[in-house]
Amino acid sequence: MTLGLGREALDALRRDRTAVVCLLVLGLLVLATLAGPALLDYREDEIDWSHMAAPPFEAPGHWLGTDRLGRDLLVRTLHGLRISLAIALAATLVSLVIGVAWGALAGFRRGRTDAWMMRFVDVLYSLPQVFFVIILTVVFGRGPFTILVAIGAFGWLTMARIVRGQALALRDREFIDAAIVGGASTARILARHVVPNLLGPVIVYATLTLPQVILVESFLSFLGIGIQEPLASLGNLVADGAAELETAPWMLAVPAACLMLVVFCFNFLGDSLRDALDPRDR
Amino acid sequence: MNAVLEVRDAAVRYALARGRTIAAVDGVTLSLAEGEIVGLVGESGCGKSSLGRAILGLVRLASGQVFWKGRRIDSLPRREFRALRGEMQLVFQDPHACFDPRMTLAESIAEPLRALAAGLEESARTVRVESALDEVGLDREVGARYPHQASGGQLQRAGIARALIVAPQFMVCDEPVSALDVSVQGQIVNLLARVRRERGLACLFISHNLAVVARLAERILVMYRGRIVEAAAREAIVRAPRHPYTRLLLDSVPDPHPQAARKLLAAVRESPAPLADAGADGCPFASRCPWVLARCRTSAPLLRPVADQQLVACHRAEEWPKGLTPAAT
Amino acid sequence: MSALLEIRALTVDFLAPRVVRAVDGVDLALGPRERLAIVGESGSGKTQLLLACTGLLAANGRAMGSVRFEGRELLGPGDAAAPARGSGIGFVFQDAGGSLTPHRRIGDQLVEVAMAARGMPKRHACDESLAMLGRVRLPDPGSTMNAYPHELSGGMRQRAAIALALAARPRLLFADEPTSALDVTVQAEVMALLDALCRDLGMALLLVTHDLGVVAALAGRIAVMYAGRIVEEGDTDELLANPAHPYTAGLLASVPSLSALDDGELATIPGAPPRAGETIQGCRFEPRCPRRRERCRVEGPRLEAGGTSLVACHYPLDAGRSP
Repeated sequence: MTLGLGREALDALRRDRTAVVCLLVLGLLVLATLAGPALLDYREDEIDWSHMAAPPFEAPGHWLGTDRLGRDLLVRTLHGLRISLAIALAATLVSLVIGVAWGALAGFRRGRTDAWMMRFVDVLYSLPQVFFVIILTVVFGRGPFTILVAIGAFGWLTMARIVRGQALALRDREFIDAAIVGGASTARILARHVVPNLLGPVIVYATLTLPQVILVESFLSFLGIGIQEPLASLGNLVADGAAELETAPWMLAVPAACLMLVVFCFNFLGDSLRDALDPRDR
Repeated sequence: MNAVLEVRDAAVRYALARGRTIAAVDGVTLSLAEGEIVGLVGESGCGKSSLGRAILGLVRLASGQVFWKGRRIDSLPRREFRALRGEMQLVFQDPHACFDPRMTLAESIAEPLRALAAGLEESARTVRVESALDEVGLDREVGARYPHQASGGQLQRAGIARALIVAPQFMVCDEPVSALDVSVQGQIVNLLARVRRERGLACLFISHNLAVVARLAERILVMYRGRIVEAAAREAIVRAPRHPYTRLLLDSVPDPHPQAARKLLAAVRESPAPLADAGADGCPFASRCPWVLARCRTSAPLLRPVADQQLVACHRAEEWPKGLTPAAT
Repeated sequence: MSALLEIRALTVDFLAPRVVRAVDGVDLALGPRERLAIVGESGSGKTQLLLACTGLLAANGRAMGSVRFEGRELLGPGDAAAPARGSGIGFVFQDAGGSLTPHRRIGDQLVEVAMAARGMPKRHACDESLAMLGRVRLPDPGSTMNAYPHELSGGMRQRAAIALALAARPRLLFADEPTSALDVTVQAEVMALLDALCRDLGMALLLVTHDLGVVAALAGRIAVMYAGRIVEEGDTDELLANPAHPYTAGLLASVPSLSALDDGELATIPGAPPRAGETIQGCRFEPRCPRRRERCRVEGPRLEAGGTSLVACHYPLDAGRSP
């Protein structure tokens, strides 16, 4: 159903060279996180006693050097990226599903339903996220699941607001009236007409949310609230690296560079997607 | 008369800022017999679209009742009204806006079947969509297009196909040709006339163009500011109108004959635009009426029979038994 | 009589996403105080023609050829038409709200134009603007001066927009479907207004419309456009009484009239106008033409004198005969 218009969007995207580059870079990175560690000599928790805190390109087999404990930095970074991406994807997905359902229903129904649903969103919005995360950490302990819940619990709020605005505008479009006259139930209208027509802004926002989630997670891990040993996300790596900035700057540089690259690519891709999905004059 | 649709004293109100409301439809009564086509004429803001939408349950009535085959439907809960959707349909004004931009025309036409005849198999559904396309004169190839790839005329035909696919008994056509090119309008009007004849549909044809309405409808209702001001057979409306607004409408129909057009120009009175809240108790047309009396500003005339099958809401209706003559003569 | 506006070989192309030719080699001339109407339906290019003349084409549009206003070329690099806009040429749009800035009072907008275009001091400009609002028959010019556009009805807004277009006392008024968005009862009033204003202020009028009724009332000459080209041009009375081009005849016949009240079918032209950008060999109207023959499919007709008007047709209608 959306294929016809998806094709036009893909064409537009293909023409945007920077977007293509970003897509390729991201693709390579994902490939690297999946296949990379298998191809490299060292495992991420393997300690190389003879090459501790070795700078990049010096120690054999350690392309990007090692950290204070002699663990290969490249492998650790790839693993860290894998974890960060996994959490970000999961959290974004959760935000998407809850946010779209919530916002679409509120915007479509209007009136009191809308008012109550969005008031709930407003209340949650005003809670300080970090506080909440700390409480969750105390209750559930540190770990990827806690982080997922913490980020997911707040991530859907903005999505819901955006979707609700779109749904409100959509409600006034004549083809919705046509669907009502054609006997469609509210559920049917939401599923077949409202949500597919919202997808544009939703996809764009999701692509822009992803890097934000990565940053939030990194920040929390940096603070020591998020992921903990033996798992290490990019945030943890950055934290470790920051401690060794004077003596082994590559420990910070490598994961930080990786983080920046991923965030930049997603942001740029999101911008290009927004332009590509813009309805044009025909 | 076996009236299949009856509207009694319907009113639709919209809320304005600061607690005021405006009556888009202000006490309208009409009825339609099986297979009958009635035209509803009026200009923007007169409430004709609101009335059409209220009959189909898209807008709530502030007061009054709507009866379908003797059963009251205006206050039905949403779910129960849905069961009736197969019997009453609507053709929209803007062909570009009434289609989901993400679905092909054929898919949009199939939607009412999916919603109302859910048990139908895919193959049976496809057959019905194809025959609907045939009926309105569209190729299969056009059915596979997206709305932005089709012309206004094609979209409007698809809209008619979508309305007809559930075999309704009553159809509201809300300005179906106003957004189309003049040379294409005739195609759609002819299509509607043929389809209605073949299926015996009752039809409420809404338009601001009296000339188009006069082609299709045998009975015409003229609406002004939410009220019916004249209701009569086609001949009477066009040849012997008794309400000053009907006369004004007739005079304003653009005529591509230069002599007539220039005479009209010379005769047009430069009357100022009406004020919104003029005389809440008087006739709504009083501020523009060339035949206005003092009485008209204080008491609103009721719609009453003044001749055989002719209803007029004007205090002076009896004074012109042969109808009002054109301004240009 | 030297022409006030001279259009030669005007061609308008749009470059993205594909190259589309909206106007294809149009020649027109308009003298002072003359009134010309360009009639066409969607895809005829009539609006793009108007926009090209005033330098208001969209960014991806390219106008070629020559448009001279009072001898000065309007199609040039940069915004060559800018000096003519407002002072020599006034513009009335279809959507009256379009030319009026929504967040400024009407009086302010009028005064600003009068001061800029005619170099008046403010007090004088205010008086002039008030007078102009009265001239366009607005019921309460004083309060309209202080009103915002959204506070007026459609018809009143259109009158205010006309007043704005006239504030700089143009010699030529471009009107793009000035009555299409209005109710039919208000249309007649606005038409009468335009008629009176052009006469009183000595303006020429170039009117673009799809409505033959408006044309019959206002224009002295008509040019009929189809798919980017002029297919017929001539004196209004003559052309409407004896159309030579089958499209013109078909258009006239399609206008539903109140004189014949039978149940018969409405006359119509089968098919639809070609979509912009379709390259067609031969006559563009051929697929829909009741008089078409082999030659029409292969060879595109040129605009030539035929009877009392110019026609672009291999087999034009004879005066007095029906198609």
